[in-house]
Amino acid sequence: MQEQRGTYNVKSGLAEMLKGGVIMDVTTPEQAAIAERAGAVAVMALERVPADIRKAGGVARMADPRIVKSIQEAVSIPVMAKVRIGHFVEAQVLEALEVDYIDESEVLTPADDQYHIDKWQFNVPFVCGARDLGEALRRIGEGAAMIRTKGEPGTGNVVEAVRHLRAVNAQIRQVVATPEAELADLAKELRAPLDLVKKVKELGRLPVVNFSAGGVATAADAALMMQLGADGIFVGSGIFKSQNPEKTARAIVRATLHYNDPKVIAEVSEDVGEAMPGLEMATLEAKDRMQDRGI
Amino acid sequence: MRIGVLAIQGDVREHLRHTERAGAEAVEVRLPRDLENTQGLIMPGGESTTIGMLMAEYGLIDALRERTRDGRYPIYGTCAGLILLAKDVVGKSPARLGYVDIEASRNAYGRQVASFEVGLDIPALGGEPFPAVFIRAPKIGRMGPGVTPLASYQGDVVMAEQGPYLVSAFHPEMSADIRIHQYFLKKVEQWSTVHGVS
Repeated sequence: MQEQRGTYNVKSGLAEMLKGGVIMDVTTPEQAAIAERAGAVAVMALERVPADIRKAGGVARMADPRIVKSIQEAVSIPVMAKVRIGHFVEAQVLEALEVDYIDESEVLTPADDQYHIDKWQFNVPFVCGARDLGEALRRIGEGAAMIRTKGEPGTGNVVEAVRHLRAVNAQIRQVVATPEAELADLAKELRAPLDLVKKVKELGRLPVVNFSAGGVATAADAALMMQLGADGIFVGSGIFKSQNPEKTARAIVRATLHYNDPKVIAEVSEDVGEAMPGLEMATLEAKDRMQDRGI
Repeated sequence: MRIGVLAIQGDVREHLRHTERAGAEAVEVRLPRDLENTQGLIMPGGESTTIGMLMAEYGLIDALRERTRDGRYPIYGTCAGLILLAKDVVGKSPARLGYVDIEASRNAYGRQVASFEVGLDIPALGGEPFPAVFIRAPKIGRMGPGVTPLASYQGDVVMAEQGPYLVSAFHPEMSADIRIHQYFLKKVEQWSTVHGVS
């Protein structure tokens, strides 16, 4: 039998292998090496972490290929990178660079305010953000092989991450409890493809892996998201905007593994130094809310 | 029969389900105490660097050395698990058990774009080709005389065994086919009865 590459099985399969792990934003090979040593299961190669993107303002784009390549050379764990929503040429570039996963991300400035990338056209798998079940299923319908709840990137405030994961979970429970005959109506309400809504009912969960992102800053934050049902954790600014990145990274990895063991979480939380400075949601203006992009 | 599934990170849920479907009780193993009353262990795919490091940190490598001392505790390693069972690893080598006399090279097929699935002939299982999924998979290079190859793909051995230990470079838990889990459970039965009492 002929071998097949880029199948949905193979794409979602890599996300399955990352379950229970922590994926860290890095901007240099040195940071990537710190992340790997701390036990990260993958790194996200970026020009700037979300907190700095917020500060810098202007248009945020895909990272310079040189940064991506230098990070690929520095580590043996998978390397992911972000493209602007709808920017399929940035995605083609990252595929040519052979990144292991592409994040079509609201952290960057959207390139298309109507359409996301047709992700079925690529061999490299995509992860996309979502605030609720409908959004998650629309992205999966477009070919995303992994989902992360959006949260609010670069804030160090976990409240939006919690809100989004709870929303997804509540809607999954609603789908499971809805009789077959009423599913089409619910799918319309969720603005989600019916076949995927049926799949959710059958599985009792999303058909792909769902990580938590956008606001995790401490070991306890990571364990909170895991206890709420996340399959794993993305940490953006939380590591390298903290006082002691190495210790923070190690603590978050260990709290993600032993998320049900408060003793371990207490142990790893001790003496890690200051977490990244946080932002209160009410201080964010509508234009600064990344989660409202590409919904 | 009770089988542990190493639950540090990776495809844990799927191995638990396959093991149960194959007819054994399956328990998650995160700490040494979780190994109690298990007759064998499955080490799932994931990131071998991360898994090896955390196994060592939480005392699982030492606990497993103790558990395997009499040679009657079968372990099956898939993908990352294969690396953790390999005697030698090319390049950066993670903390591991190293019980199988092979040399493994990590991500040897290339990055994710080169990951693939294929129907694999595995004579020991018989019947239909096995739906094997290779994800950033390792390759087995050198193989010692005590190691028996069970399947090959394009000239490379992708599944092998040595005594109570079984390894595969691919993921057997990503389809509905449970024949490899059944094969492993048979091995567990064999090693705890024929080779002594469990």
